[in-house]
Amino acid sequence: MTKSTREIVIPSQYLGETSEFKAGRGTLIDHGKIYAKILGVLNKHPPYVNVVPLKGRYDPVEGDTIIGFVEQAMSSSWLADINAPYPALLHVSEVPWRVDFGETEKYLNTGDTIMAKILSVDVERKLNITLKDRNLYKIQGGHIITVGPSKVPRIIGKKGSMINLLKKYTRCRIFVGKNGRIWIDGEDLQVSNAVQAIRLIERESISYGLTDKVEELLKSLS
Amino acid sequence: MTISPTIKKNYLQKLAEQNKRSDGRKFSDYRPVSIEPGVISKAEGSARVKIGNTQVVAGIKMVMGEPYPDTPDAGVMTTAAELIPLASPDFEAGPPRGNAIELARVVDRGIRESNVIDFEKLCLEPGEKIWVVFIDIHIIDYDGNLFDAASLAALAALYGARMPIERLEEEDRNAYIKKLDDFGIKPVEETVKNKAGDEEKVMSYYIPMREPPISCTSVKFNDVVVVDPSLDEEEIAEARLTVSTDSNGSIRAMQKGLNGSFTLEEIKKIIKDSLVTGDALRKQLNESAGR
Repeated sequence: MTKSTREIVIPSQYLGETSEFKAGRGTLIDHGKIYAKILGVLNKHPPYVNVVPLKGRYDPVEGDTIIGFVEQAMSSSWLADINAPYPALLHVSEVPWRVDFGETEKYLNTGDTIMAKILSVDVERKLNITLKDRNLYKIQGGHIITVGPSKVPRIIGKKGSMINLLKKYTRCRIFVGKNGRIWIDGEDLQVSNAVQAIRLIERESISYGLTDKVEELLKSLS
Repeated sequence: MTISPTIKKNYLQKLAEQNKRSDGRKFSDYRPVSIEPGVISKAEGSARVKIGNTQVVAGIKMVMGEPYPDTPDAGVMTTAAELIPLASPDFEAGPPRGNAIELARVVDRGIRESNVIDFEKLCLEPGEKIWVVFIDIHIIDYDGNLFDAASLAALAALYGARMPIERLEEEDRNAYIKKLDDFGIKPVEETVKNKAGDEEKVMSYYIPMREPPISCTSVKFNDVVVVDPSLDEEEIAEARLTVSTDSNGSIRAMQKGLNGSFTLEEIKKIIKDSLVTGDALRKQLNESAGR
C-alpha cells in the first residue's frame, strides 16, 4: 500500500452499495447505500465494511475478557468499573470462592483489580461479569495502564504479532483486556519500556508499518 | 468518581523507593511545557498551555465597570475556572464544585498578590470607571498539575491582552489615552484584519504588566516529594503544595492541599525546587510573549 495512514470517515459518509458489501459495525443502511454512523477508521473486510471508532468508551460484548476495578462490595455482590458506560455486577455465585452472606469484603474490596469475563449484557445494557473460568482471577502486582478500547486490536496485532513482539523484547507478562486496560508485570525497567511502546502504538494507531516502528523502539530501549 | 486501583498505587510506590517515576522523570523534573498565545481571536487575550498531556486554555475579557469602594482608583480582576466533563471522567457539568473554585482561587491569588497587573493604570475615573479584567480558564485535558498549567495560561493570556479601547466612547477614550500617556505608556502600531478581511492599522495598548509570578506544584506520597505530578501521582498523593515565586526569588503565594503533612525540610526543598523550575518557566513565558 502506498498510503501511510488508514482512511478516516465521518458520520454520513458514503461507503458503498449493499449489493457489493455487507454493513458491519459503525455503519447504517439507507436506500440500499451504506453510510458511516460514527467518526472512525474505515475497515473493509469483504464482504463486511466496518467503521472502528477513533475514541470512546468500551462497548461490552458477551464473552469478552476484561480488566475491572472493584468499586464497591455489597452484601452478596460487587460492583466493578470496567471502563464501560455503566458499572458491572459480579455476583457471589460467579466467583470461585464460597462467600458467606455479608463477607464479600474478605475476598474483594474497593481498589482491587480483577481479570473477568462478560457473562451477559441485557437489553438495558445491564452488565454481569464472572470470575468462574480459566485464567480469571484477582490481579496482584504489576502495573495497569488504560488506552482507548478502539486501540486494543492494534496493540494485539494480526494474530497477536504486536503483543508477542512486546513480550519478546520486554520479557514481561502482558494481558490486554478488551476494555482497553492493560496489565503488565515484569522487571520495573522493562515494564516502563513496554508502557512506552504501548503509548507509541496508541499515538500512531492509524499508520501502516507500525510493527516495524515498535520493534525499532524496543530495540533502542533494550 | 473513578477509583484508583491498589496495584497502580503499589507500582508507583515501588518505583518511588528506587528513586524513579512511572514516566521516567526524576523527582524534580518538570514535563515539557508548551505555551501558545493568541489562540482565540475574539478574546482580548488568550493562550493555550500544555504540560505533558494536560491542556488548558485561558481567555481574557475586559469591560468598563465600577471600582470597589475600598480601592476607588484600581482596576478589578476576577478569575473563573471551568472543569468540563470532556477533560476527565471525574469532572461533571453544572455549577463549579470545590476543586474548580480552589483552582480559580489559587490562580487568582498568584496573580493578584504578585501585583503582576498594574491595577492603578486600569483606572479611567477614580470611583467611577475602571477596567474589569475577566480571566476565564478552561481545562481541555486533565493529566495532573492543573494549578501550574492554569496559572501559566492565565499569565500568557494577560501578556498578550490588548485593551479594547475602541469600545469606549470617544470622550472616555481620549481621556484614557491621555492618562496612559502621562504614565508613559505608548501604543504599539499593529496591522490587523478587520471584519471585511482588509488590513487595517490600529494603535494597540496592552495591559500594563509587571514581573510574572510562576507557580510550581509538588505533591508528596509515600515520603517522597515530586514536582509537577501526573494524574496517577495526584490520585495517590497525600499532600500538595503550590508555591508562586517571582524573579527576585520571593514567595508571592502558597497553597497547601489534601490531608497529609509536610516536614520543615520538605517544604524548604519544595521552595528551592520551585525557584529553579520557576526560572525556567519564566524564561519560556517571556519568550512566548516576545519580551
